[in-house]
Amino acid sequence: MIENLELILPEIFVSLAIMLFLIIGVYKKNSSSLVYYLSTVSLLVLFALLFNYYSLSESSLFNESYKIDKLATFMKLLTAVSGIFVMLTSSKYIQLNKIDKIEYPILILSSILGMMVMISSNDLIVFYMGLELQSLALYVLASFNRDNIFSTESGLKYFVLSALSSGLLLYGCSLIYGFAESTNFNVIINNTNSANYGLTFGIVFILVGLAFKISAVPFHMWAPDVYQGSPTSVTLFFAILPKIAALTVFIRFLYVPFANMNDQWQIIIVFLSIGSMLFGAVAAIGQRNLKRLVAYSSIGHMGYALAGLSTSTNEGIQSSIIYMTIYLIMNLAFFSCLFMLRRNESYYENIEDLSGLSKNHPILSFSLLVILFSLAGIPPLAGFFAKFYIFMAVIEESMYFLAIVGLLSTVISAFYYLRIIKVIYFDPDMDKYDTNHHFGLKFTLAITTIFILIYFIYPRGLTDLISKIIII
Amino acid sequence: MFSIGLGHYLTLAAIIFTIGIAGIFLNRKNIIVILMSIELILLSVSINLVSFSIFIDDLSGQIFTLFILTVAAAEAAIGLAIIVAYHRNAGTIRVEEIDKLKG
Repeated sequence: MIENLELILPEIFVSLAIMLFLIIGVYKKNSSSLVYYLSTVSLLVLFALLFNYYSLSESSLFNESYKIDKLATFMKLLTAVSGIFVMLTSSKYIQLNKIDKIEYPILILSSILGMMVMISSNDLIVFYMGLELQSLALYVLASFNRDNIFSTESGLKYFVLSALSSGLLLYGCSLIYGFAESTNFNVIINNTNSANYGLTFGIVFILVGLAFKISAVPFHMWAPDVYQGSPTSVTLFFAILPKIAALTVFIRFLYVPFANMNDQWQIIIVFLSIGSMLFGAVAAIGQRNLKRLVAYSSIGHMGYALAGLSTSTNEGIQSSIIYMTIYLIMNLAFFSCLFMLRRNESYYENIEDLSGLSKNHPILSFSLLVILFSLAGIPPLAGFFAKFYIFMAVIEESMYFLAIVGLLSTVISAFYYLRIIKVIYFDPDMDKYDTNHHFGLKFTLAITTIFILIYFIYPRGLTDLISKIIII
Repeated sequence: MFSIGLGHYLTLAAIIFTIGIAGIFLNRKNIIVILMSIELILLSVSINLVSFSIFIDDLSGQIFTLFILTVAAAEAAIGLAIIVAYHRNAGTIRVEEIDKLKG
């Protein structure tokens, strides 16, 4: 008899939904929009199911290889919410680009299932299965526009580099298994000590593999190409969901099995963080394509999130989780604006296409202004608070060098965000864009922009929720 | 008499792993070779896991290997499918010609 089986009800629900939608898609002709609609509804149901779990105490099942705690539930909630918004914003885009096949929402659902397994995993085997379920779905999603050379090329590049990183990660897992004599995280922590070189090698390989997944410098080279080449709806998905899952796995690995080897991994995380912050700030300056620019800016943002993780304190980890939450909201808002740059059924994605946007589209320009200021970290917007919490946690641990580099790269990155605002407000205007957007897109843009604007009135709403997540 | 211990298996796995990594980065000709290199990496991990599993007398390493074999098959299938789709658009799968996206 398996105990606590009701705890994985959300996962069971998603997997049953995937199979059901596949059957519907096969047996019913022209059912792509029906399946899309049903998938969005099933994500809503998933959100409702997960909502009850946040108040539960920590518990595990399958011989402690699967863990349901506050961290897992919160991250799954974030995954479900961003999944819903991704589906809401991109329905029109996938129709106009003729990628509205039944497989599209099903692949999104399966990668979300993989992420949920990753987030909850407490065992190397379970973690690997979740990771691969997520990646296999993402390879296909990146090359989903299969008649477009850019989309297939981005899929190919993502496949090669992601498979390589999975290989590195797996090699690390095998070394950890051999030297700690178990695949279970709770057993590994009892068998680790810093003197064992095999374990150190294993940790390095695992961290390299995970750094690939969140595109931290120096393992970022796939991100700009993949972001630019994939369909914009998939880029939005890439920019948010895999990073939530990979960051959760980072927290799990660093603070459960490797907690005793703090002195070994801390310097690696600090290095990844400093590299990502500086590179994200400098490399985005020369970019003309907005999707490419988002790729570089997300590399920078991952640097800040890693800075919070390197502190080994609860405050640091919580500030990273807050950072991820606000980052995903800002990205949703930014991509909603990208989806609105549509004229005569084609989408525009270069910086010069924003030229003089404020003359014809004052509301859209104002939203973009708010979002870009927030991404640059200018008070009193949400992005400022996200960076503020990180710097507070870092300074409290007396890691001044990290804080100084972070502040410097914030200043550098403000340059390219402000340049976009200059293009929007002071350059000569162009033809009007279409204004007949569907409800889901307008709703997403409105709700995310309002969140960014009014976050400073009641920041405790989010911080109190996240301060319940105790890891150490 | 010469006896084979854990160290030999680990060395073999490390050599195969290195060949796989080198194959991905040094190869300039054909993308199929990259797929083969990825398979080599996964095989080296399997050797590692099985030999560890025997020497620490714990079965979960062998179960892990079975999972890896399954995933490797799925990964190869998807990789080949993406290569076919790319070849249809670009007419080539030479690694040095895959450079439409850059900046």
